[in-house]
Amino acid sequence: MPTLWFCIVAVMIAAYVVLDGFDLGAGIIHLFIGKTEDDRKRIIRSIGPVWDGNEVWLLAAGGTLYFAFPQLYASSFSGFYLPLMMVLWLLMLRAIGIEFRAHIGEPVWKSFFDGIFALSSILLAIFFGAALGNVIRGVPLAPDHYFFLPLFTNWRVGPQPGILDWYTVMSGVVALVTLAVHGANYIALKTEDELNLRARRVGLILWPVLLVLTLVSLFATISIRPEWLANYKAMPVGYAIPAIVFGSLAFMLYSYKRGNDRNAFLASSAYITLMLVGAVFALYPNVLPASTGAQFNLTIANSVTSAYGLKIGLAWFAVGITLTIAYFVFIYRMFRGKVSLEGGEHGY
Amino acid sequence: MDSALLIHRLQFAFTVTYHYLFPQLTMGLAPLIVVLKSLAIWKNDDRYAKAARFWAKIFGINFVLGVVTGIPMEFQFGTNWSHFSKYAGGVIGQTLAMEGVFAFFLESAFLGLFLYGEKRLSKWMHWFSAMMVFVGSWLSGYFIIATDAWMQHPVAYERTADGSVTLTSFWGLLLNPWAIWQYLHNMSGAALTGAFVMMSVGAFYLLSKKHFEQAKIFLKVGVVSGLLFAILLIGPTGDGQGRNLATHQPATLAAMEALFETQPGAPLVIIGQPDVAARKIDNPIVVPKMLSFLTYRRWNAEVKGLDAFPESEWPQNIPLLYFSYHIMVGLGTIFMAEMVIAAFLLWRKRLFESRWMLWALLLSFPFPYIANTAGWITAEVGRQPYLVYGLLRTTEGFSKTVSGGNAMFTLIGFMGMYVVLSVLFLFLIRRELEHGPEGAELAPVKVKHAVEYAEVTK
Repeated sequence: MPTLWFCIVAVMIAAYVVLDGFDLGAGIIHLFIGKTEDDRKRIIRSIGPVWDGNEVWLLAAGGTLYFAFPQLYASSFSGFYLPLMMVLWLLMLRAIGIEFRAHIGEPVWKSFFDGIFALSSILLAIFFGAALGNVIRGVPLAPDHYFFLPLFTNWRVGPQPGILDWYTVMSGVVALVTLAVHGANYIALKTEDELNLRARRVGLILWPVLLVLTLVSLFATISIRPEWLANYKAMPVGYAIPAIVFGSLAFMLYSYKRGNDRNAFLASSAYITLMLVGAVFALYPNVLPASTGAQFNLTIANSVTSAYGLKIGLAWFAVGITLTIAYFVFIYRMFRGKVSLEGGEHGY
Repeated sequence: MDSALLIHRLQFAFTVTYHYLFPQLTMGLAPLIVVLKSLAIWKNDDRYAKAARFWAKIFGINFVLGVVTGIPMEFQFGTNWSHFSKYAGGVIGQTLAMEGVFAFFLESAFLGLFLYGEKRLSKWMHWFSAMMVFVGSWLSGYFIIATDAWMQHPVAYERTADGSVTLTSFWGLLLNPWAIWQYLHNMSGAALTGAFVMMSVGAFYLLSKKHFEQAKIFLKVGVVSGLLFAILLIGPTGDGQGRNLATHQPATLAAMEALFETQPGAPLVIIGQPDVAARKIDNPIVVPKMLSFLTYRRWNAEVKGLDAFPESEWPQNIPLLYFSYHIMVGLGTIFMAEMVIAAFLLWRKRLFESRWMLWALLLSFPFPYIANTAGWITAEVGRQPYLVYGLLRTTEGFSKTVSGGNAMFTLIGFMGMYVVLSVLFLFLIRRELEHGPEGAELAPVKVKHAVEYAEVTK
């Protein structure tokens, strides 16, 4: 049962990254491919009706993590205090960037909110990547399961690291490029004409960068955390995960060549999901490894709540998530197709 | 007090108080928008549809602010109150996670449809979206109140070997008797905010001689619902909440009433300033025996005073608790009187012409906000010195690894951020008020297929 909840939390996080990932990605490349007001409006409108629902996956994932693994929630949220607070501020800025842009007609206001939206999206992508990097690298957990990390120390990976060191900064860059590609694929899917072509070009230009970064991060992870290979050695079926990661990259390139926007978007979704699955598979059964020694690792077993709580949680979760998937299918069907510029001054 | 603890407390109090300015209006407007939508369909009258659209825009702006200021609340449980989270996460994590899975998804999905899908949906489907936004926002309120109610009156838990607590009964947690009264009381307060804001805007338009048609609708709907919820606030729900306190938190009740001595036939203090050091009230105006009657339905019942409890169990800030409680109750009484007069004028068809009443309604809108905030302060300060009443002290719950300096940095950050949000909010609301309900046309169709889709689904 605890393992099942570990998987549920992982799936919720993956759903968040894939869904909110494309609207974050849209923000990352927004200023670069949105040359005119019309372009920018179309980009915002392509994510307008869905971004808020996408972000709810973050809250729901946080909520499930909170009740299923209270010790993990307590340790990681207080330990990553400063970056999480900055994430909150960035999430706020980004929301008002999207939602309030169209309320104010002046071009200077629109430009200002466009800038806020792009900057907060870029920084959030880097922060989320660095967060994942921290989890893989490990944090200085004390025997009481708590820790506190400063933002940076000497940029080296060691027993007392900072939140930013060379490894986590690299993870942030990987996330930035990944989400930029994912967002470009989504915009290509949702738009026509020049904007569609520019979005495709972003994907094509960033594709080799993403390939190189994927390889670099793979080798960097093995070099700083060789013990993460243990699960792969014990269960060789796990090697399918990196195989599918590279397979999805190949499929993405093939889709670009064929001009198939839908398949390119599916490929980047698969890439993101499998990158996360690969990390989770390596970590299991740890949930937050310690840089101070494996005996301090937070594991599923020492951070989980009671069996009764997990059992009753599963009952309502099954109902809730079924409803949620139904809403999402409905909403995405409702707003399917290419975005247009019809309509008056209200809305996005 | 530990200075780090003080800053953590200030930060949570600041962010939660600011946050609650927005959901109280969205939760209050949601049912009123459903009423307006229903009237529009029932009477087949475009004036009601325009009124609903106008309030949907106000709702939308408030909703965004509610979302962005609400996300920090969930985070802060872990960031600033990690020892509390570890202690109680297995119990209240259930209700917080359910809020995400059941309420937030519902609300965000249907709000998108409601705000931007009117052209594309059939009128019943659009009505249904409004209804689901209402259900989602009120469900969200329930899960939050159930969480707070567990902290006020912990039930359905058992202690574990490592010193924290875990859940033993799911329905016990959800149907906590404390939660039922607190929820009804709280939602009546939120609905009152919605009604007062609607009346205030209606009065503003009538006094400035524009948008007559919608202004009258706002006033009618606002006065009827305002009267209803003012009665509910005082009558069953406020009274039920008071007796909850007498049963489960008698020390809190004594501090709220500044009752220093246990006595039969205890008086109700209407006005007066508590002097905690001397254990008396300065300049008191009291109603004899009233507190005994309200609490136990007997004029001579004995009510426990603060002297019945050791000082370590007293709420720490008795003057704040006393005044916030009295402000809430005092304003509640004023709302009741104002609504009775306004409803009488409406009934006699004189409301739209009585300028003095319109002025009173126009200027009243801040007061439900003040009363609701004072109510929250009463509940939260009243629970002190505990985070989980009787189980976990506040001094034990905060993040001991997060220093006061780090907490101060983020408190300042939130303050700066919220100043920016306030300016934007006021600016946008002013624009919508200027625009008015008559300009409230349909939101644009954003997707080409939408029209065809609407044809298919008709």
